[in-house]
Amino acid sequence: MPGGWAEEELVMISALEHYSYCPRQCALIHVEHVYDENLYTLRGTRAHTRAHDENESGSEEGVRIERGMPLFSERLGLIGKSDIVEFGPDETPFPIEYKVGPRKENHHDDLQLCAQALCLEEMFGGGVPAGAVFHHSSRRRREVVFTEGLRRETEEAVGRVREMILASEVPPPVADARCPKCSLFDACMPFTLAQMDVKAGLARLFDPER
Amino acid sequence: MKPLLNTLYVQAQGSYLRLDHETLKLEVERKLVGQVPLQHIGGMVVFGNVMVSPFLMHRFGDDGRSLVWMSQAGRFKCRLSGPVTGNVLLRKAQYTAQSEPTAAFHIARNIVAGKVKNSRTVVQRAAREAEDAADRVALEEASTFLAASLRAAGRARSLDEVRGVEGRAGRVYFEVFGRMVRMNRDAFVFNGRNRRPPRDRVNALLSFVYALVRGDCVAACEGVGLDPQFGYLHALRSGRPSLALDLMEELRPVIADRLVLSLINRQQLSGRDFEPRPGGSVNLTEPGRKTVLAAYQSRKQKETTHPVIGQSVPLGLVPHLQARLLARHLRGDSAAYLPFTPK
Repeated sequence: MPGGWAEEELVMISALEHYSYCPRQCALIHVEHVYDENLYTLRGTRAHTRAHDENESGSEEGVRIERGMPLFSERLGLIGKSDIVEFGPDETPFPIEYKVGPRKENHHDDLQLCAQALCLEEMFGGGVPAGAVFHHSSRRRREVVFTEGLRRETEEAVGRVREMILASEVPPPVADARCPKCSLFDACMPFTLAQMDVKAGLARLFDPER
Repeated sequence: MKPLLNTLYVQAQGSYLRLDHETLKLEVERKLVGQVPLQHIGGMVVFGNVMVSPFLMHRFGDDGRSLVWMSQAGRFKCRLSGPVTGNVLLRKAQYTAQSEPTAAFHIARNIVAGKVKNSRTVVQRAAREAEDAADRVALEEASTFLAASLRAAGRARSLDEVRGVEGRAGRVYFEVFGRMVRMNRDAFVFNGRNRRPPRDRVNALLSFVYALVRGDCVAACEGVGLDPQFGYLHALRSGRPSLALDLMEELRPVIADRLVLSLINRQQLSGRDFEPRPGGSVNLTEPGRKTVLAAYQSRKQKETTHPVIGQSVPLGLVPHLQARLLARHLRGDSAAYLPFTPK
């Protein structure tokens, strides 16, 4: 565990992706510890089981592969676990994140991957210029280059997530197109809460004729 | 919306339930008499001498499926609970609400209003269907009284006042409950609510169905991470699931009382489905319980429009939805807890 941080100040790398997707989803998971499984999360868990299995680490064609490597950054107070890190002949780490969904440009994944890279740079003392997202369904890799902009954005997100978790803040639901596919839909009640007219509800409740 | 899974009720005495991979197997005298894929089972209620294998219990605990043990006569005995998990902040908010003078009171008040409103709906429907003029008049009078109780709940300023409103409304409701029985009146005489033990058939039936609803309400509280023992309307007492009982109040008329009345009025049950016990108490017989359990399961599958959520949901999911709405209110996501009051 990174030394300079209190346990509760540490930010999980996975929280960054949640936060970037929906701050409330992130708060429900990391503040409220709500976890509901659905088809998507079950598939994800299954696909990740192999990616995370450290016993399957090994070497393939001169590239050393580490699975399920614990990651941390003292500087950022960041912890997590990699799916896969490849070490090429020059020992430069190349993080790969497994995704179950179809291949598409996805900024949330980039943020998560960049956070892994920031950890790897600190852990191995060298630059990590790029990584990749591996899409389980299409078996394709999408390479992600860690630009200055992405790095800055990632570091800012770490700070915002930490503030939110320390304050035990749970933002109101977004109630938009993201919601129906979210695994926390039932716990979040986005549309119910967004459309709930408490005043009208109470007026109706105490009125025998309504 | 999460799927409403079935509750499995097992009352074959001396039977043994065990887990075989993903299938639940029921054996009687070492012979396999039934099997159900685990994925179809949301919870299980077992009566009397039914054995459950340790690994099946482990699995239920891991998955958060409910497992409740009842006496052979259907009295709640105990339940399985897995590790305490989830949201400690929610539980803290649940506890804190009690020390905030208005928070607990408002929750209790709205629950009582929900109960009175739903009781009145049951009475009004019975008044419309009454064939006897005296019954109709009495039921209409009760309905008027309950309307006044509802307004009184809205004006109440303290928890004591709210409890008073509930007590008076409950008395009036049970005074006319017997008049809602239209069939088999000789067998189903009702002279007020009594329990521990129930002294007539209607009370035996009410007690049994309330025990089932109570189990579902405890499971609903636990399912959303609320402490079922810490309630607002019901005083805290060791061993009493006060919050589950709170949650149950608004649901009693809709889920339980309507079921009891329709079992009698549609003559799904007769006097022979009950057995007198020495000393004046009455129990359901095993076939009688079987009829009730089947009817309860099918009532839970019945779709109803939820006025707050604005969509159709199976009645059996309503306890879970209400527990969720309460949890969201306690966590500050909504300004009030709105009870389930179907039109």
